[in-house]
Amino acid sequence: MSAGPREALGHPVRAARFAADEARAHWHDQALWFVREKRDRAAALVPDWERLRDAAAAIRAHTQGRLAAYLEEFERNAIARGAVVHWARDAAEHNDIVHRILSGHGVRRVAKSKSMLTEECGLNPFLEARGIEVVDTDLGERIVQLAGEPPSHIIFPAIHRKREEIGELFHAKLGTPAGLADPKALTEAARVHLRERFMSADAGMTGVNFAVAETGGIVVCTNEGNADMGTHLPRLHVASMGVEKVVPRLADLAVFLRLLARSATGQPVTTYTSHFHGPIDGGELHVVVVDNGRSEILADAEARRSLTCIRCGACMNTCPVFRRSGGYSYEYVVPGPIGALLAASRDPRAHASLPFASTLCGSCDDVCPVKVDLHHELLLRRRDLARAAILPRSKRLSMSLLGWILAHRATYEAAGRILRLLLRRLPRAILYGAWNVWGRRRELPEPPAESFRETWRRTRGAGHG
Amino acid sequence: MDSRRAILDALRRAQPPESPAPDLSALGAPLPDPAARVGEAVAAVGGTLVRVPEAAALAAEVAALASRLGAVRVASAVPGVPGNVSLDDLPDPHALEGIGLAVLAGAFAVAENGAVWVPAAGLRHRGVFVVAEHLALVVPAAEVVSDLHEAYRRIAFPGAGFGTFVAGPSKTADIEQALVIGAHGPRSCTVFLVG
Amino acid sequence: MRVALFVPCYVDQLWPRVGLATVSVLERLGVEVVFPDEQTCCGQPLANAGFADAAAPLARRFLEIFSGFDAVVCPSGSCTSMVRNHYDPFLAGRPGFETLKRGTYELCEFLVDVLGVKALDGRFPHRVGLHQSCHGLRELGLGTPSELLLPRSNKVGGLLSSLSGIELVPLARADECCGFGGTFAVAEEAVSCLMGKDRLADHARAGAEVVTGTDVSCLMHLDGLARREQVPLRFLHVAELLSEALS
Repeated sequence: MSAGPREALGHPVRAARFAADEARAHWHDQALWFVREKRDRAAALVPDWERLRDAAAAIRAHTQGRLAAYLEEFERNAIARGAVVHWARDAAEHNDIVHRILSGHGVRRVAKSKSMLTEECGLNPFLEARGIEVVDTDLGERIVQLAGEPPSHIIFPAIHRKREEIGELFHAKLGTPAGLADPKALTEAARVHLRERFMSADAGMTGVNFAVAETGGIVVCTNEGNADMGTHLPRLHVASMGVEKVVPRLADLAVFLRLLARSATGQPVTTYTSHFHGPIDGGELHVVVVDNGRSEILADAEARRSLTCIRCGACMNTCPVFRRSGGYSYEYVVPGPIGALLAASRDPRAHASLPFASTLCGSCDDVCPVKVDLHHELLLRRRDLARAAILPRSKRLSMSLLGWILAHRATYEAAGRILRLLLRRLPRAILYGAWNVWGRRRELPEPPAESFRETWRRTRGAGHG
Repeated sequence: MDSRRAILDALRRAQPPESPAPDLSALGAPLPDPAARVGEAVAAVGGTLVRVPEAAALAAEVAALASRLGAVRVASAVPGVPGNVSLDDLPDPHALEGIGLAVLAGAFAVAENGAVWVPAAGLRHRGVFVVAEHLALVVPAAEVVSDLHEAYRRIAFPGAGFGTFVAGPSKTADIEQALVIGAHGPRSCTVFLVG
Repeated sequence: MRVALFVPCYVDQLWPRVGLATVSVLERLGVEVVFPDEQTCCGQPLANAGFADAAAPLARRFLEIFSGFDAVVCPSGSCTSMVRNHYDPFLAGRPGFETLKRGTYELCEFLVDVLGVKALDGRFPHRVGLHQSCHGLRELGLGTPSELLLPRSNKVGGLLSSLSGIELVPLARADECCGFGGTFAVAEEAVSCLMGKDRLADHARAGAEVVTGTDVSCLMHLDGLARREQVPLRFLHVAELLSEALS
């Protein structure tokens, strides 16, 4: 199932296509609900789970209040341990810096572990266009890379692909036997294939889960060991991090690491949690610190909490809309509730459908390890869209009309009577015509003869409060 | 203006009012006997815990493990546990390829999640923990902490260095959520709790 | 005790029996119910669509109309939440607002928290699926959401369980959203209906005869789907269920 053309169709259109294949939508929904259940079971084993969330939110809030100072401290300590720290204002600058480092070392092949930031910056195509091969080494990322499509989930990049499809892909690209669909066998094939890439890589690239100000170190978490395979073999390691990744002290890591894997996959911890302080012997470690719009989001009091995200994906797994519409419906590097927020902050017009791709059920807030008030912020983005007149004119007009009708009892009652009359009298063919979106798959409510207040007046007299 | 200055200035202007860092001292799940619980934690992450009450028996246990795993090339960084690959003599980390079993020292284990802290100090090629086909970690039985809060009280990076938490064998669930043990890193992880 | 009845606009116009049942339940419990006739709508449909500024006059109107009562009771979690949790930007600082916020209740929480009802002397010998509408659950705290690691409690479930003969069926997903979501029901019709159908399937598999909840909006959506698909489930707002059980 490919991403299709990368044009902006908006969430409702793509979601409708995804949901149209009900069997598949249910399969996707079940897969992610399963992860949500695993998260619940893992969290239940942590007696101080809710207090951990409070602590994580508080650490993030505290860090935001001194973000520049903590980044400077991180830089000082990183340099003292032999790392080189670069600063990139935007995606273009990030890509230039990375390219300069790699080409300066004659790098032809990079082994890259998962980094949503590098996706955001469009790093892969940038490097490929300049003759540097980028091998995404996380299995899910490699699958989508071979398929020529973006990841559909930040933790499970290939969650939208069935094993048979991955088998076909591997048959075409890796030469595995046709019809092979067993996950274990496919993973083994990927192990062999990527082993060769790891062994021949000239450099390793990673993201950064956490950057510790106190020690100048970066922490990278994986289950597969691909970040470590990529960075302990070649002598050059380039790590990209957003400015929001810094945490004050090593002790703070305990809070985040106790929350991260449990929230993401239901495991107590990722297999590898590697703490890089300075380069490998005789090598170089470059950390590229990236803004790319984050300082603007930080400045917005109603949006800055979305920057505290630790990229666990729990909000996606619990979101009943995400599960039934798939990551591609969001048309943004990070999908789901947090993606909708980040996208809407970055470019409200381009992503105008995303704040509405939600029923505001609030489940995401409750699973977020750092207590981002996701559903509240989504509502605020809706308000911002209305205020900026980004919503369609027809919508604005009908809402103004509705507001006027509702502001006066007489008009409200008249409108209600007309509505009930139409529901009673209109022939079904007209009532359920193409104009009636509600009526495509649902019956309209049965119109009562009287409204509540008409009955009240009739039976209780004209009793006003 | 250079990017560093521009970014830091932009962040300073954007920062919210300061709020205090929280007190973390009340967090954690301290256990009366963490060593008693670490076995199930290691199993929960796909590893195997083996108790070796007599330190002298360790070498034989490791040899038995290597034999069971069919590991021909064994590299040991643990004194008293012999191997047939000398890690220090390998010219380049790429030469780690093909090591059947790597035996490394773990500083301590964590009961809440089955992880072992493996500092790289003393290892010439720190990547051995991930390149080897199978991994064995040797942890003193007295060095089991309850949770990560306790763990980080024992971790410091006064200078350059590397350390990693290893929790079981490498794994992935990227294909239809089916858990597969042995992704890119070691296919198995045995933790020897010694003493 | 003298309470003002706040009837959601769509209940007033399309499901009046829920308003009548609410009155019946309250009066049976000795509460004097007044219906301030000037009320129209709390403004939630506008605010949720992003038109918060258009909802502001409705909020001000609401404050005028509903001031001066011991309490305001509403058979809807989402409308109650609008007043308690989303009126601040419109009404903060205005006289009477804090009192209104503190004194506006969804029906079940009014019974449990204000009247102190622990059990109801009623009979409802049916298998019932409880649909936990999102706003009531997560914004009003009518129950413990399944994601939170907190002691489990449920005001609506507690009241229902106290009825004799009732069997609350266990759902696979105790509090998954039905997919109504206001304008979402139309703007994202495909996903909305898929979510609703999945809820229906959960209730049907669990053996429910009746599906109940605190919000007509959810029930209207589920009922609409059920009638189109001819799924034999009966939908009763919790006020209707309690009223039937108590009569």
